[in-house]
Amino acid sequence: MNGKVRNVGIVIVSHSPLVARGTADMVRQMVGESVPLAWAGGNAEGGLGTHAPGILAAIESAWSEAGVAVFVDLGGAETNSEMAIEMLGSDKAGRVAICNAPLVEGAVIAAAEASGGAPLSRVVATAEELSP
Amino acid sequence: MKVRTVDQEERVLADRGLIAGLIETCSAAIAAHADHLCLLDSAIGDGDHGTNMKRGFDALRSESDALSALPLAQAIERIGVTLVMNVGGAAGPLYGTLLIEIGRSLGTSGADTDLPDAFGKAVDAVARRGRALPGDKTLLDVLYPVHAELVRHAAPDAIAGRAESAARHTIGMRAMRGRAAYLGDRSIGHIDPGASSCALLTSAICRYIEEYRPA
Repeated sequence: MNGKVRNVGIVIVSHSPLVARGTADMVRQMVGESVPLAWAGGNAEGGLGTHAPGILAAIESAWSEAGVAVFVDLGGAETNSEMAIEMLGSDKAGRVAICNAPLVEGAVIAAAEASGGAPLSRVVATAEELSP
Repeated sequence: MKVRTVDQEERVLADRGLIAGLIETCSAAIAAHADHLCLLDSAIGDGDHGTNMKRGFDALRSESDALSALPLAQAIERIGVTLVMNVGGAAGPLYGTLLIEIGRSLGTSGADTDLPDAFGKAVDAVARRGRALPGDKTLLDVLYPVHAELVRHAAPDAIAGRAESAARHTIGMRAMRGRAAYLGDRSIGHIDPGASSCALLTSAICRYIEEYRPA
């Protein structure tokens, strides 16, 4: 079993596919392959927006038994992430947290924490320390 | 017992036509007003409300046959899920939550739950989902007044009229949720796009129900 399964996963959700992918690139540069990572950006047609099925797929792709920390940009990203988490089913839903933190800084600092094997609560708390 | 079974069969058959008709009438209303809803959203939001709603109702239209074959409560819940999966934006989760919750309430408690009760619980769930209160300039400012009309068993045209005046009432409100909230006082003077689509759908549904005669 490698570290990818043990460490908390990171999901990045933005209205913009470019922002989501770019943030994921920065996380990857920081922590390599040591944390499961996925992004969801844009609406169903790939334009600006958010949609729950894309977020659900991202959470499943970054799934870890240790849980997943989700980073969102604006309103709809958060509400659609909540819907996606509910659609995961109650067993997994309890192990996914939406972080109240800035998207880029939050995701990078959370990934650094996750790569050291920190539990979900610690990963979330570290990222949320960034919020005023 | 036998009478009840026949009643239930008739109701299921009636519901089948009802669901297909409601999907058609709501889809047509959204399609006809999609550009207008985008325009309203451009003024205080990101300008995609009409496009998002149309995407959701196009999906409902393509699933209409399958949805119509379900019992009423289940059909309403599935309509909510389809909206969540296809509308996107904040509207998807909000309208989706409304219908999913109505469907679940009607489905679990059967004949004991009446529509006003199920609707009221669902509106509270929408408020929790959006972390919004009445007066925040959201679709809740239409949903709560509609609920009040349902509770007093108002006629469909009275419900529609109340929904439309409630939507207009959001013009004077300052947005507290969603992207319009970033505009602060500058959000005052514009109708809320979510409240507007909510009144549009309420009116379409009320008009349909008023004219609906089970086959």
